[in-house]
Amino acid sequence: MIAFELAGRVRATSPDVVVSRDEVTAYVQPHELLRAVATFRDDGDLSFDSLSSLTVVDWPERTPRFWVAYELYSMVRRHRLRVKVGLPAEDPRVPSITPMFPTANWHEREAWDFFGVVFDGHPDLVRILLPDDWDGFPLRKTEELGGVDTLYHGAFIPPVDRRTT
Amino acid sequence: MSGSRTRPAPGGDPMSETEIRQETMVINMGPQHPSTHGVLRLLLELDGETVVTCKPIVGYLHTGIEKNTEYRTWMQGITYVTRADYLSPFFNELAYCLAVERLLGIEAPPRAQVLRVMFCEMNRIASHLVWLATSGLELGAVSVMLYGFREREQILDVFEAATGLRMNHAYIRIGGVIMDLPQESTERIGDFLDMMPGRIHDFETLLSKNPIWLERNVGVGVLPPEDALRFGVTGPTLRASGVPRDVRKDEPYGGYETYDFDVITRSAADCFARYEVRVEEMKQSLRIIGQCLERLGEPGPVMVEDPKVRWPAQLEVGPDGIGNSEAYVTHIMEESMEALIHHFKMVTEGIHVPEGETYLAVESPRGELGYYVVSDGEHRPYRVKIRDPSFVNLQAAAEMVQGGLIADTIAVIASIDPVLGGVDR
Repeated sequence: MIAFELAGRVRATSPDVVVSRDEVTAYVQPHELLRAVATFRDDGDLSFDSLSSLTVVDWPERTPRFWVAYELYSMVRRHRLRVKVGLPAEDPRVPSITPMFPTANWHEREAWDFFGVVFDGHPDLVRILLPDDWDGFPLRKTEELGGVDTLYHGAFIPPVDRRTT
Repeated sequence: MSGSRTRPAPGGDPMSETEIRQETMVINMGPQHPSTHGVLRLLLELDGETVVTCKPIVGYLHTGIEKNTEYRTWMQGITYVTRADYLSPFFNELAYCLAVERLLGIEAPPRAQVLRVMFCEMNRIASHLVWLATSGLELGAVSVMLYGFREREQILDVFEAATGLRMNHAYIRIGGVIMDLPQESTERIGDFLDMMPGRIHDFETLLSKNPIWLERNVGVGVLPPEDALRFGVTGPTLRASGVPRDVRKDEPYGGYETYDFDVITRSAADCFARYEVRVEEMKQSLRIIGQCLERLGEPGPVMVEDPKVRWPAQLEVGPDGIGNSEAYVTHIMEESMEALIHHFKMVTEGIHVPEGETYLAVESPRGELGYYVVSDGEHRPYRVKIRDPSFVNLQAAAEMVQGGLIADTIAVIASIDPVLGGVDR
């Protein structure tokens, strides 16, 4: 299905659809996410049966601030759809799609780890790549690069810009 | 961290007043274990020799590649992403560059596309060889390890001659590749193509009917296709479960639709099927490289002409290896002030990418490698998300390991071929 045809079909479920560079993006509200994704999966003409990826982009200047992007792929029809959900700066939460796509498990953990987005209904929402006791969500735009003491052989080494020797 | 379960005494022995407590044992395999392909830690709950639960714990190799790219120019991003999955650097470069090129709305010249495909397929063989070598070693086939690394070395020599580096090449650039192939490389690749089929045959002679290899792999770590799809598994692991999913065929990029090759599948879905798929894939890659060499007869540019995109410096092979072209240095330092200013602007600030976002997937040796790239119109990426196939495939490891023997854990993890540099990024 070419992008505009696909967009038309998706629009039947969620009206807010954008086509850009031959990629189709559907914008849905957080509370509508599960229903929309289930429709995209079960509709025979769409059959988005797999989730490639899931991530968050942080736009501190925008409202809503956090944008979760789900990359859906149809193994049967070989087309793609991006579903985006905007979440507020304070207490960003979205329903987990892990029950629907078990592959989302680690992706959602990573999104929580990096951005602090909570996925309601996730079976085990704990940090995945960072240490369990890490403070903060480092991929937010408000967090600077570097500047963290590093534990090395039992002692903390200051970051490069604060080392004296 | 100790899991414990009680069981009634076996056989209902009337003499035993107290029930026999049988406790499961929790052990950590890794993060420093010779067979975990880097720094993977498996939290295993064992009942004797049987794995009851398996929980992979990752993150020991996290280097913040995604965050780092946000603080560098678009071009510098290549040097970061190439280090993510260090056994398939060309694929990372290719996926990132294709994504940025889509945002820019440009396409690399035909010759650059052929070079990209050729290096990617050589990289695929090199990666599968490392897989074969390390898996062989883990399952006791030491000679396979030596042969695998010997053959890989020949590929790395070609990479070194053509790109200047054996790994992390940053050879594929936005708008093309950084330099054309040196003449002797074509001959070397030709020699490699002549040599390799015999060597692959040797591997098969060593392993395909080897009773120990069969014993360790056949029927071990079975992953039914439904489970593979549920967990989002891609690449050889999925194809060994009988699903003919290959990004090169399903969503062709970089001209793959014009090459003649087959997607290899097996239906057994066990470790041996994954071995067979990878060995056959190496043969298919050789086919593609052969077709690339034919196409390379046509000379042509390897980088787009647009001065706002192309990297200004020109490289050439000097007496001490690849470096800046002397003629180019003379030009910017002594002849043209404008050229120097342009060079300075391109190197320090680089290209500006129009606002937008894109997701682009390529077929890496481990599966679907996707890049979700977001630009806010500036000279730095706003967000680069790497969908690494190892990261996703590893989720299925627990499913494959549980209920099996602990010794099979080694074979199963090896058969997924996870590269922790890609998992942790």
